[in-house]
Amino acid sequence: MAARIQVPAKAKRGEIVEIRVLIQHPMETGYRHDDVGHLIKRNVINVLSCRYNGVEVFRADLSSGIAANPYIQFYTVAEASGELEFTWIDDEGQQGSERQSIQVSG
Amino acid sequence: MSRAGALVAAVLVSCAALAQERAIPLDQLKSGSAFLGADLLSLQKDEFANPGLLWVERGEKLWSEPAGKKNLSCASCHEDAKSSMRGVAARYPRIDAESGKLASLEGRINLCRGRRMGAEPLRYESEDLLAITAYVARWSRGVPIAASIAGPARVHFDAGEAAYRLRRGQMNLSCAHCHDANWGKRLLSETISQGQPNAYPAYRLEWQTLGSLERRLRACLSGIRAEMLPYGSPEYLDLELYLAWRAQGLPIETPGVRR
Repeated sequence: MAARIQVPAKAKRGEIVEIRVLIQHPMETGYRHDDVGHLIKRNVINVLSCRYNGVEVFRADLSSGIAANPYIQFYTVAEASGELEFTWIDDEGQQGSERQSIQVSG
Repeated sequence: MSRAGALVAAVLVSCAALAQERAIPLDQLKSGSAFLGADLLSLQKDEFANPGLLWVERGEKLWSEPAGKKNLSCASCHEDAKSSMRGVAARYPRIDAESGKLASLEGRINLCRGRRMGAEPLRYESEDLLAITAYVARWSRGVPIAASIAGPARVHFDAGEAAYRLRRGQMNLSCAHCHDANWGKRLLSETISQGQPNAYPAYRLEWQTLGSLERRLRACLSGIRAEMLPYGSPEYLDLELYLAWRAQGLPIETPGVRR
């Protein structure tokens, strides 16, 4: 699962930083049928979580209302230099993860 | 009349014909992005969130990934795509010098794989072919379309124009009925665009994925309840060349975002 994640490389302590996540995923709704009429099983990313130096700062539960290739944007407060770890999992059990580091000054 | 005189007359006639053929004058050309709402336009321009960039990124990886019997990658010959592929997509479809046949950018990539890399062609509309095409075309962003219809391309251009003007399907419509005669007007909730090809491969919300210009043409054919031709049909190629000529000067926007 390809993903694009944007975290500012540098921030000041206490600054509110914008985090953007774009994940390639079909987000199959479970309501569609294939060409011969069989129901296509639901397969969506059902949870996306972001941990900042080990502490969960954001979590989203997704379902079949979300379009393919979901784009998620959220904010967190820059507290310390370190790593943001993003993990997500879909209905078929496929996991994805990405890490990005942030340098916090002041 | 002398032979030279006849030639001059023929050239003059064809120039006059060419001037008349432009149903939309060059200064009135509008990219599909001119028919987008502010939200989709900003999504297309967003260097991070444009979903087509997922394919561009994949294409970037594939560019330097060796494939085929000779264990060569695109980068083995073309090196840095940023400079070697600059403006390339704006010249397609074009005649492939070795075979003398018309090739789209997708077709050219597969020709290269076969000849230089000893690799199997990528299936049309496959994720990998879309990704490499989008990656190559991405380096032509902003470059005005300038496809050549001279020499051996001329027969394809003429066939493409005939295909553009051919009434088809249960609705008995040609491309021209919507995209030349009625662009800018409403068709239910949609504004009819000029049908310009400069954003493809593009991410269409309706598809929820990236798709080629051929896929878009097939969608149009389905919309007018006409028969869809198989991917890679010569008729699509001819039509693509006509569309490229018709869009002359419009900047490439790949990967575009469309409804």
